[in-house]
Amino acid sequence: MSQIEYLQKLHRAGRIGRRELLGRAAALGASATALSVIIATEDAHAAETPRRGGTMRLGIGGGSTTDSLDPATWNDSVGTTGGFAFFEPLIETGAGNAAQPGLAASWEAKPGATEWVFNLQKGVTFHNGKTFTADDAVYSINLHRGKTKSGAAGVFSAIMDVKKTGDNQITISLKAADGEFPAVLTDYHCRMVPEGTTDFTKPVGTGAFTVAGYQPGVRVHGTRNPNYWRKDRGFLDAFDLTVINDSTARLNALMSGQVDTINRVDAKVANLIKAKKGYELVVSPGGWHTVVSLMQDKGAMFENHDLRLAMKYGIDREQVVKTLMGGYGSVGFDHPIPRGDANFNTALKPIAHDPDKAKFHLKKSGFAGTVTIQSSDAAFNGAVDMATLFQGNLAKAGLKVDVKKEPADGFWSNVWLKGACVVSYWAGRTTATQMLDVGYGPGAPWNESHYQNPKFTALLNAARAELDAGKRKSILFEAQALMSDDVAALIPAFRNSLDAHNGKVGGLVPASLSDMDNSAITVRGWMKA
Amino acid sequence: MLRLVMLRLAFGAMTVLAASVLIFAGTELLPGDLATAILQNSATPENVAEMRAQLGLDRPAPVRYAEWISHAAQGDLGISLSNQHPVAEELAPRLRNSFFLAAFAACVSVPLAVLLGLLAAIYQNSWYDRAVNFITLLTISVPEYLVGYLLVKYLSVRWGLFPSLANVAPENTLLERLDLTFLPMLTLVLVVVAHMMRMTRASVLNIMASPYIEMAFLKGLTKSRVVVRHAFPNALAPIISVIALNLAYLIVGVVVVEAVFVYPGLGQLLVDAVAKHDLPVVQACGLIFACVFILLNLLADIMAILSNPRLRRAR
Repeated sequence: MSQIEYLQKLHRAGRIGRRELLGRAAALGASATALSVIIATEDAHAAETPRRGGTMRLGIGGGSTTDSLDPATWNDSVGTTGGFAFFEPLIETGAGNAAQPGLAASWEAKPGATEWVFNLQKGVTFHNGKTFTADDAVYSINLHRGKTKSGAAGVFSAIMDVKKTGDNQITISLKAADGEFPAVLTDYHCRMVPEGTTDFTKPVGTGAFTVAGYQPGVRVHGTRNPNYWRKDRGFLDAFDLTVINDSTARLNALMSGQVDTINRVDAKVANLIKAKKGYELVVSPGGWHTVVSLMQDKGAMFENHDLRLAMKYGIDREQVVKTLMGGYGSVGFDHPIPRGDANFNTALKPIAHDPDKAKFHLKKSGFAGTVTIQSSDAAFNGAVDMATLFQGNLAKAGLKVDVKKEPADGFWSNVWLKGACVVSYWAGRTTATQMLDVGYGPGAPWNESHYQNPKFTALLNAARAELDAGKRKSILFEAQALMSDDVAALIPAFRNSLDAHNGKVGGLVPASLSDMDNSAITVRGWMKA
Repeated sequence: MLRLVMLRLAFGAMTVLAASVLIFAGTELLPGDLATAILQNSATPENVAEMRAQLGLDRPAPVRYAEWISHAAQGDLGISLSNQHPVAEELAPRLRNSFFLAAFAACVSVPLAVLLGLLAAIYQNSWYDRAVNFITLLTISVPEYLVGYLLVKYLSVRWGLFPSLANVAPENTLLERLDLTFLPMLTLVLVVVAHMMRMTRASVLNIMASPYIEMAFLKGLTKSRVVVRHAFPNALAPIISVIALNLAYLIVGVVVVEAVFVYPGLGQLLVDAVAKHDLPVVQACGLIFACVFILLNLLADIMAILSNPRLRRAR
């Protein structure tokens, strides 16, 4: 999907205004004629305003019988798509990953950006009738800090203290300055629950729906919360989510009319759906990317910059996008910032596949051994294929590569973070700084490649503390350029996520963090008559 | 007779116990544990340790095993490690679903297989015999997911006769249930019918070589009467044991069919639980599967004895 189609989809869903649509389209180089075509098509779609009522049936992949409604345990699409219907965050991500008010109505940083004040919405009630207050917010955030099983524990370790500073105000102090801290609070685990909640088998949130049925790995069923506080969303009477992990079964369910919308469309059949009347394919260029870590410890082979460069030039990124992603993706620049991010370095040149250059750097490195790539389909579907592809690519440059297929079981505990050269993936993060921080920051627990470069660390710290968006952008540009040449990892490609729906669903727009409109389709989408 | 049944039951119970030890040992041998399986790449040493402590995974394996088996003997299957639901509560609806689908498939496939088998024996080497042999061999040779997908493609997506998604819910009526599970049932029937049908045909034909069958023919009886009244009752024992095996398969071996039709049965639960090292669920499933196998085999033995007058009468 072109950038303009993407903007049109956002406009139709009411996410951006007409002025913004035309302004951004013109900025992308649309001619006056093209703009008039855009105006005409948008007029034809003018009737697409949200409609109240109806039941949306979803077929979602990425669920397991071991799921639960405890937000701390969510780790895949069913957990979030189901969970977001019942629970709400303080801050949510809007178009372009901008932080938008959720249960926090407004916020500001104290000078120095180590203290942030959040003013909460007033008069919001939980499903059980209790009013949402600062106590609930403090409790809910603390669920993901300290001794916790939460997946948000890593990013929340930046928080020093959370204090109630009024009935509807909390103040969060940080260990180090962070100019984009609100983005940390958009972490999908961090949802507001009543103070003292320990039992999530009977979930109570402030969301647009209440739980009408929940069978882990089978079904999530919700009906409208009559007291929902927001008027600009929560259009459906009910939703019925069926967990369908098999991609063919998911597609069959959509085609036979048993569900209205599905996620994770197989790239191989995406073009067929696009061409089929009555169905729509939603392509979201997102932050999900493949990674090959090149562990850069002292004395390890990847400490050798020329060996890293040999691999960077030796692999064929275009081929990854073409063969493994069916064309629904884009090549990576060996930095983890996706194209859709406002801070993406547009001046950077792609790293072209160049066996001669790779040969040159390999010779210069003096490396004569074999590189073993450890890979498993536990990381992502096609991880082993990608490693095999690189094996062939690098052989042309004269670098010997072994592909070691690791068992899926125990991959995350025994191979990832431990092997020297491991294929894995990263899902996108809300902000560029956050992404650099969790994956490549010094001392970050998930810095797979043990990447360390004082210059990079300095840039990262400067970006983190910077409150001015323009200055931050130029720092991040520099960091990306540095990584592209130096980082101890290959980031060959970014994958688009693919959703599909039939003609009855409205409001399913591309989003960059996760599928189904950042998992909020039940809340923000609607059913046409 | 009663003594024989009691003895078999006792052996069965011991087998179940042995199976539970094996399953426990097997899951212990798997690399990684529930905490790392759940947290994937959001694991830090701290939250892994905290999750292990919360789940009680930091205690030695024999202690956890002894605790589980003593509770299970009292009917308490424990709490699922991953989502804190009682295992029994988690299992019950899926067990019902699995039994429902198995029963539905059995009600169709067993009479069909026996009938086809008898007809094949009666019309031995005719075009019918050859055709039915060929077709059933074909359906058993094609992988079951392909059979499923073909059925979905034509009966569901193209012609819209049956739903492709067998997502049964508690509020469904029996009729809705039969409609929703029609395609998975048909898939299973196509997969199991060949085995039972061929066994019926083979054992009947085997008996047909006996002298007493020749006698029956000499008396002037028709072939169909000889087959149904004289040969079939004596051929029952092997047919019954093959049917029992296939029934067991219908309950415990249909995870692929469950995945294709998104049917919430026991198989998917077991696969998920193994992937996440959710030991209580794995063991409960293993226990149920072991019981199903043992009970069905026991039943087959008893039926075989009942079908044979020489064994039926105590000497």
